[in-house]
Amino acid sequence: MTSNPSRRRFVVSGLALAGAALAPLPLHALTEARARALVDQVVSEINRVIASGKGLSSMIRDFEQIFSRHADVSIIAQSTLGADARRASSAQMRAYTEAFRGYVARKYGKRFNEFKGGRIEVNGVKQVKSWHEVKSTAYLPGESPFEVSFLVSDRSGQDKFFDMIIEGISLRLSERTEIGAMLDRRNGDINALIQDLKQSG
Amino acid sequence: MLPIPAIVTRRIVQSCVLFGVFVLAACAQPPADQASRGTFDPYEQENRKIHEFNRGLDRGLVRPVAKGYDTAIPDDIENAIVRFAVNTSLPSDIVNNVLQLNMRGAFQDTARFLVNTTVGLGGFFDPASEMGMPAGTNTDFGETLHVWGAREGAYIELPLLGPSTTRDTSGIFVDLFTNPLSYVIESPENLAITGAGVAAGLSRRSKFSETIDQILYESADSYAQSRSIYLQNRRFELGGTEASTYTDPYDSIAPAAPTLEDPYDQ
Repeated sequence: MTSNPSRRRFVVSGLALAGAALAPLPLHALTEARARALVDQVVSEINRVIASGKGLSSMIRDFEQIFSRHADVSIIAQSTLGADARRASSAQMRAYTEAFRGYVARKYGKRFNEFKGGRIEVNGVKQVKSWHEVKSTAYLPGESPFEVSFLVSDRSGQDKFFDMIIEGISLRLSERTEIGAMLDRRNGDINALIQDLKQSG
Repeated sequence: MLPIPAIVTRRIVQSCVLFGVFVLAACAQPPADQASRGTFDPYEQENRKIHEFNRGLDRGLVRPVAKGYDTAIPDDIENAIVRFAVNTSLPSDIVNNVLQLNMRGAFQDTARFLVNTTVGLGGFFDPASEMGMPAGTNTDFGETLHVWGAREGAYIELPLLGPSTTRDTSGIFVDLFTNPLSYVIESPENLAITGAGVAAGLSRRSKFSETIDQILYESADSYAQSRSIYLQNRRFELGGTEASTYTDPYDSIAPAAPTLEDPYDQ
């Protein structure tokens, strides 16, 4: 199946090659099947971490891997910085993206134990504007099921998700509020923000 | 003294509240496009003061009490009390469903209430869910106002109750009167309903303690964070969050200043 990573990479690089050869690449090359395959992969990896019952630090590490592999960390990081991303140097953007990756992994990875005994199921996919939205339901013991959706795009050149929305709460928009407040606290000093981010989460 | 004047006074209070709702709904209306996505927070200064008060109240009272309640009371009893509280709120949901002309929801909630009140021994158990009946609609008068076309209004943080909007605040007041049970059940007994509601609130505070603590005590600006999360979630509940309300972050790469390196260039 398409969930096989090496085959996926092959398909992706094949597509990229085709894109280079035939200049006008179709705008929405990402299909529903591929968006769904990505989320199926993410969900199965998350379910595996939940079921493993490993300790906190290794769960955080596992989550960071899933996040790095399947999410477009740089676009999420850039988007949480908002308009301030435009005045950041490229070195600052790189450092910020790395700090953001670790911060998200710690902040959300440590919450994984709340998912113990639970599972996520993918329901459906539809195209919205320039991306695909894949909806899933999380079932946690002793709680009513709730909706988790992933926004998937291939505009980075790879199929990656750029937002995760739990019951209408977007990770990206919530983190934009948080990062904005952290930056305000430092009077807009991006380097200080990067240092703070390394200590947070 | 006589029962009749009591009912009459209640009616008067009710109509006053209803009137107040429309007055409230009429003032402080943001421009339409602002209400549809952004944050309309003209009372931010006052809201922030109330937020600090709420945070102090949570830290000093609600959080420790919720923790103590959660440790002292066995989980099974705690869950039964939550189910009882949810069940007693169903009649109010039914009234609101009717007001929203959501007859299917009203019918489903009625069936759930009948089953859980009888077979579920007054609502302490939830055979309706075990039988596979649809989940409760869990609605309120704020949603009714939304269905009737009232706009969200301004963001408001209420003392003790937390994040809300002008529309939802009006809804909370009206919902004090929409539960038929409060008219049927006499004075000392209805304290049980209020008590169960408070207890269910404590259970929720301890169940979601990590999430709530993260928002209130670990975020850089807990006021802005709770405002953002409340509005996103409330709009989702009211069905206003179509995925198309988000913008494509990749679109912002193109008009960026030249100092910003395209992350995909490598």
